[in-house]
Amino acid sequence: MSEILVLVEHVDGDVKKVTLELLTLARSLGTPAAVWAGPGYSDAGKARLAEYGAEKIYVANADEIGDYVAAPKAEVLAHLVTERSPAAVFVAATGEGKEIAGRLAIKTDSGVISDAVGVGEGFVAEQSIFGGGVNVHSRVTKGTPIITVRPNSTAPVAAPAAGAEEKVEVALSDAARAARIVERVVQEKGARPELTEAAIVVSGGRGVGSGENFAIIEKLADALGAAVGASRAATDAGWYPHQFQVGQTGKTVSPQLYIAAGISGAIQHRAGMQTSKTIVVINKDAEAPLFEIADFGVVGDLFQVVPQLTEEIEKRK
Amino acid sequence: MNIVVCVKQVPDTATERKLRSDDKTLDRDAADGVVNELDEYAVEEALRLKEAHGGEVTVLSMGPAKATETIRKALAMGADKAVHLHDDALHGSDALGTSYAISQALKKIGFDLVILGSESTDARTGMLAAMLAERLGAPQLTLARKVEVEGTSIRVERITDYGYDKVEASLPAVVSVVEKINEPRYPSFKGIMAAKKKPVETLGVADAEIAGDQVGLANSWSEVVDFAAAPPRAAGTVIKDEGDGGAKAAEFLASKKFI
Ligand SMILES: Cc1cc2nc3c(=O)[nH]c(=O)nc-3n(C[C@H](O)[C@H](O)[C@H](O)COP(=O)(O)OP(=O)(O)OC[C@H]3O[C@@H](n4cnc5c(N)ncnc54)[C@H](O)[C@@H]3O)c2cc1C
Ligand SMILES: Nc1ncnc2c1ncn2[C@@H]1O[C@H](COP(=O)(O)O)[C@@H](O)[C@H]1O
Repeated sequence: MSEILVLVEHVDGDVKKVTLELLTLARSLGTPAAVWAGPGYSDAGKARLAEYGAEKIYVANADEIGDYVAAPKAEVLAHLVTERSPAAVFVAATGEGKEIAGRLAIKTDSGVISDAVGVGEGFVAEQSIFGGGVNVHSRVTKGTPIITVRPNSTAPVAAPAAGAEEKVEVALSDAARAARIVERVVQEKGARPELTEAAIVVSGGRGVGSGENFAIIEKLADALGAAVGASRAATDAGWYPHQFQVGQTGKTVSPQLYIAAGISGAIQHRAGMQTSKTIVVINKDAEAPLFEIADFGVVGDLFQVVPQLTEEIEKRK
Repeated sequence: MNIVVCVKQVPDTATERKLRSDDKTLDRDAADGVVNELDEYAVEEALRLKEAHGGEVTVLSMGPAKATETIRKALAMGADKAVHLHDDALHGSDALGTSYAISQALKKIGFDLVILGSESTDARTGMLAAMLAERLGAPQLTLARKVEVEGTSIRVERITDYGYDKVEASLPAVVSVVEKINEPRYPSFKGIMAAKKKPVETLGVADAEIAGDQVGLANSWSEVVDFAAAPPRAAGTVIKDEGDGGAKAAEFLASKKFI
């Protein structure tokens, strides 16, 4: 079977869950080959990729690759597409992932599909568009199919494989060195699961009222082992850092369970959470549009309902 | 500074959006066309940079005849002039074709800075700025929540999964913005009147030296195989809190095996 390249998402040498999902998906359609681009490659990372089915691991770990925006990773992938003629390339549908995929498509004269929620035989991708209103099947008709896949689209399943390492040296072009990252600013918020990867997300909106009050949301999240999200109203007010924003211009999340407290459900917010499997809404306004897509809703004051819910969960543990 | 802002007309997200049953492209006639929201932030940022550094702001939009409404709106906000890339041959272009056509128009217009929204509400590829940077060989300063220009250097804060990156480059460059960057102005009455007299140049594929075999539905690099309305979500249960709302929610979560 022919190779499917999977671009590895990694932080501080750790492989992100979405990569394990992509390897699992790739295994159903071909032979997965992981592509590590950037510094931080480690034995732990290698072991993880092999555990989830990477027959091969292409390693381009020059420091330089991490010093510039998107373009170097696209050059590494383009080099491999030319050398190895893979059957397809899978990239996580994150902000940068989509940009890398776009650049790669141009470099290799290939079609690209954005934000797939599934990929089947013949690399036919499934997309959920117009805020979840329409399901589309689409496919690439020229070049190598390049597909960005939404995190949480597939459950990662381990299937140990060889993980044969192959060093890749790519001389970066000047164009790839044009946008230099001079500083990375990390705004952390505890040790919760990452927002796009979490099975459960608990989000707060304007109704939460202040940054301090977000403790109520965090307590519920912790009782469920969930990630915390926020609406734009909450991030704009500075109550929660912007990287936790869910929605059109924030993260697209697709968890098993999404709990929204004090969020009205504007179209831009729904665009980022509409494909959640189960949706629970807590809002004191019975007319809030988010109730329209709720599996379970409580019309009530979140300051009463959320702590009671948290307490009940703790009791049942 | 010569700034070009890419502005797209999209169907109003408040109305029902559809694909056409004949060629499976977006049905642009079924819904009212509005300015892609994020592009208003792009226009605003262009206007602020012009106010601080001087120069000219040109609106560039690729789309059908009715996209002129969107162009007028950007002009009413204060942009100086516009280019409307409009040709039936462009209908159905995918991200590759669109980025190619727009990059050709940009080469013709000339620019120090190109500013885009980070995503459109209809296509939602979030790729166009990166693709333009690739095609133009210009630095990619995307997902910016802050932009600073000094002489020929440009610095942005790029939002990331963990916070943000500070990124530097030299002009000419391609920038895309997120909604944190500014608060777009409303067009004033004076602005709306003035917009009617501002020059809008229409370019067809030949004018922009766009190769016909690189654009349009038939030449796209991808295709829609089929589509269907998503099955409606089963109606949920909504209860009123009578002092036990939290407990009831917990019961629901337990019934679904979340706890
Ligand atoms: C270009 C653009 C991009 C955008 N991107 C995003 C995005 O990515 N994500 C996003 O979320 N938004 C985004 N928005 C903003 C979006 O349009 C809404 O303004 C925003 O989602 C509203 O946030 P909210 O629901 O928290 O606030 P509101 O709409 O003000 O809703 C607050 C809700 O809290 C309820 N409430 C108040 N007090 C209580 C209480 N004590 N108990 C229970 N309920 C209570 C109220 O009834 C109300 O329904 C974007 C907008 C634009 C223009
Ligand atoms: N037809 C178009 N004309 C002008 N600008 C466009 C067009 N399509 C996309 N853009 C720009 O590209 C951005 C990203 O769009 P997209 O890649 O479709 O998510 C938009 O916010 C616009 O600034």
